[in-house]
Amino acid sequence: MVNSQNLKFLASRTELPINAQMIYRFFIRELAAVYYMKRNWWKYLGIAFLLYAIIYGFMVRIPDTPIGESLRNVFYHVGMWFAMMGVLTSSFINSIKFLKTGDLVYDLKAEQAVRVSFLFGFLGLITGMIWAQFTWGEPWANDPHLNGAVVTIIVYAGYMILRSAITDDEKRGRVAAVLNIFAFVMMLMLLGLLPRLAENTLHPGSGGNEGGNPAFGDMDAAMRYVFYPALAGWIMLGLWITNIRIRIKKLEKHIEDKDWN
Amino acid sequence: MLGKEISALIKKDIQLEMKQRYAINSILLYVVSTIFIAYMAYQGQIETKSWNALFWIIMLFSAINALSKSFVQESPARHIYYYSMSSPQAVIVSKTIYNSILMMIISLLTFGIYQLFLGNIIKDYSLFFGALVLGSLGFATILTLVAAIASRSQNNFALMSILSFPLILPLLLSLMKASNLALEQASNGIAGMKILAALFFLNVIVITLSYILFPYLWRN
Repeated sequence: MVNSQNLKFLASRTELPINAQMIYRFFIRELAAVYYMKRNWWKYLGIAFLLYAIIYGFMVRIPDTPIGESLRNVFYHVGMWFAMMGVLTSSFINSIKFLKTGDLVYDLKAEQAVRVSFLFGFLGLITGMIWAQFTWGEPWANDPHLNGAVVTIIVYAGYMILRSAITDDEKRGRVAAVLNIFAFVMMLMLLGLLPRLAENTLHPGSGGNEGGNPAFGDMDAAMRYVFYPALAGWIMLGLWITNIRIRIKKLEKHIEDKDWN
Repeated sequence: MLGKEISALIKKDIQLEMKQRYAINSILLYVVSTIFIAYMAYQGQIETKSWNALFWIIMLFSAINALSKSFVQESPARHIYYYSMSSPQAVIVSKTIYNSILMMIISLLTFGIYQLFLGNIIKDYSLFFGALVLGSLGFATILTLVAAIASRSQNNFALMSILSFPLILPLLLSLMKASNLALEQASNGIAGMKILAALFFLNVIVITLSYILFPYLWRN
């Protein structure tokens, strides 16, 4: 930190060249703070968005619909699915990177991301079932969205089982990455294509509604101001949880390697 | 070059099959017994939804039975010999084509025997047969890739069933929707076309994916 004392010290040594090393030593705490923020800004932004969504989710004006106040659940329930898709997308990208480079770190990242996606998948199902009990009268209904969601979770459970069935690290990473890529594309089709093909589903925005996006339905303009930040916040939270898990596993692996060597 | 490898591999598979007729016979037996049990249960009076459901269930299980043996038929030594001589793309394309031919034969046989026992209540033939052809192609492509993945692990058959059921579900749902439409009305314009287009699209995506991904599976 530069203060009057250091300045005097610098001034007294002005015959020495002030090079990058000296500047670095004085500013190291500021530089560390800048570096930290550059890497982690999105975590704070995600928390800010979520706080905004939680507070304003209950305060924003909502249109008058038959389901009443429970429409506010759209900020949380849909967020769960977007968080799951965001985490699974990161898993997909890491699988591709692993196949390209062969570096086992990417395989670790892909696996942890799939584990976190289970959390969001189950939360999405539970929030959906609570909401369905209120709006449709039963916790489970015959709807392509629900079936697609359950099948997605089952596919990735199959991914975890496949991983447990192969012992060699590198082979396991490769085979699991292939399944991950295949499953991701199929899931995009299950969750994206099929509900739009189906007529009259229970979820809003599909079926007779031509331009409707099955996730959004009919929302007021005021709600959209809370909805989009909420989605971004949930995705960032999901990625943060994955990030922490990856770092824990990396440290555990590091300790294990040191124990063996 | 690639075409020659592919046709050679397909010819090898067909010759192996013709010699032993293992797959065709076992599938035929399976199909006939299940259809017969269904016939005994329904005693000839069956409604459209049950006809539909039973048909696709029988198709699904015969497909999994037939295609789970795709990659485990030869002994490991011969396996390594064959596949060190041809490129991985040729292997996967030839396996997919061979399995598609097999599935097409199985589906036509299944349909023939099914309608013999349980009656023919199709109203829209073009939609139904379009769905049948695209569906059997879809079964072949998806299950070939899943068999390739499962063949690299320890317990192949269990993994094959676990992995294939959820991945086959989008295909199966579209097929059931299409055949439901075909059983109810004699001409389904746009709705039928939409589903057939979706099936075609699905097949193209899966074939592209298996072409790209198989070399990584096959590496050692």
